[in-house]
Amino acid sequence: VTRFEHTCIVSGLGQSRIGRRLGLSALQLTTESCLNAVADAGLTLADVDGLCTYPGGDAASSAGYGGPPPAAVQDALRLELNWYEGSAELPGQLGALVAAAMAVAAGLCRHVLVYRTVTESTAQGTRARSAVLPGAEAVASGLDYWTAPFGAVSAANWLAPLAGRHFHEYGTTREQLGAVAVTQRAYAQSNPNAVLTKPLTVDDYLAARTISSPLCLLDCDIPVDGSTAFVLSHRSHADGIPHPPVYIEAVGTAMRGRPSWDQYADLASMAAAGAAAHLWERSTLSPGDVDCAQLYDGFSILVLVWLEAMGFCGRGESGPFVAGGALGPAGRLPTNTSGGQLSAGRLHGFGHIHEACSQLRGQAGARQLSPIPQVVAVSAGGGPIAGCLLLTSEPV
Amino acid sequence: MAETIRLEDPLLRRAVPAPDPLSDFFWHSGADGKLRILRCGRCGFHIHPPSTPCPRCLGDDVAPAPVSGLGVVQACTVNVQEWISGQPRYSIAIVELVEQPGLRLTSNVLGCEPEAVHIGQHVRVNFIARNGIHYPVFTPASGRCS
Repeated sequence: VTRFEHTCIVSGLGQSRIGRRLGLSALQLTTESCLNAVADAGLTLADVDGLCTYPGGDAASSAGYGGPPPAAVQDALRLELNWYEGSAELPGQLGALVAAAMAVAAGLCRHVLVYRTVTESTAQGTRARSAVLPGAEAVASGLDYWTAPFGAVSAANWLAPLAGRHFHEYGTTREQLGAVAVTQRAYAQSNPNAVLTKPLTVDDYLAARTISSPLCLLDCDIPVDGSTAFVLSHRSHADGIPHPPVYIEAVGTAMRGRPSWDQYADLASMAAAGAAAHLWERSTLSPGDVDCAQLYDGFSILVLVWLEAMGFCGRGESGPFVAGGALGPAGRLPTNTSGGQLSAGRLHGFGHIHEACSQLRGQAGARQLSPIPQVVAVSAGGGPIAGCLLLTSEPV
Repeated sequence: MAETIRLEDPLLRRAVPAPDPLSDFFWHSGADGKLRILRCGRCGFHIHPPSTPCPRCLGDDVAPAPVSGLGVVQACTVNVQEWISGQPRYSIAIVELVEQPGLRLTSNVLGCEPEAVHIGQHVRVNFIARNGIHYPVFTPASGRCS
């Protein structure tokens, strides 16, 4: 049985300018990244017949988060589309890529532009971060309904209890979380697009101010402005494109257990476990075949959660695993090699996919791993949000 | 038994839950000093957040029922970041009620230093009356912080 994801390749990659407080419109950044991706795929805009984004126009939970909806991008680029979608209710941010792959596999379209744009740095820079969070005797509804009335207003407040639970159950320490931040900062120094490149030590990490215990400022990703785009194409286009195609070996889209920040049975893992299990159910590969990982790091603790969920280390063993240097360039599993969201910037999941594809193509510049990775795992989401991919440089 | 503690609310602001026919009882239950949780009249399962039918037996005879208000902290954090300027630090805790494994609320533990709140701590419900809501919060069951 052929899996639908084998029908597709990533044929093009593109990014806009990325930085702090660029003061540019989200639409401008988006058209930049999309045009770069289309050119990278050796296509023209007339070839594009699908368009997809996360989270879509009406899903902006805070300023600068949403990016432009598909209709705005379609109009700006005067695209003729056979399929389009903008949605947040997906298996993590990379659910947009999964949706696009399904559309291609279903025969609705052949070349889908998939994009994610954030302008959170500019939005927060002009209005201050507190201004973009609910608070002012606000009405709590939706995802916030059971948490905002108790002052749990930020993702930091929703994930700090998970970190504390992990510490409690497994003896995980702040020094171990700090190893994630320090390792990723070192990678960021080889990424010209990274926004935080000043060398970081564990002592610097331990001295950082607390946001929501046990998480400190350096456990949190850094908001940026920027857009990332991909062209997802039918596999029949794999020959003759300018750059090596990237293959989707498997997707992990499952949601098992209660989709909730506080009701999930295992408060030290949450939804990542189900998505990762689903990924391995769909693949003939196993965790030992993975050369490199790009794991969602909206907060450092999520890297530990994903390492365990995907089976790269045993349950509860992620703290010693990361502190032992496993995530570095010479480690067992080089991870978040762009610097990740903690140091390169919060491109909200799409930066991880971009880095995975760059590494698989052998085009990651000064941070290119050697030998060139052949299998890269990518994950997105935290708490009740989770999705993952296995990308390869050759068909499996 | 601990004395009922007159609580100072450390939060400068509290969001008001949007009206919801299924959940409104939860936010007003504390008016008589009792916490109520939706309970299945057929199999006795406590359902939180409120939903119907009962997820265990699919019975639709569900109604709010008083609970003991006793619980155990399962996970917690001290919020330090001033999302609102001048906000003092406060505890956010996921509390499991003793009535049923996995029956949890996100809430605040008050009546002690936020740093003293810990996993495994036994707590009891209390209420903050504000914004026309009785917010269910918790205090150390021992009446002390440890």
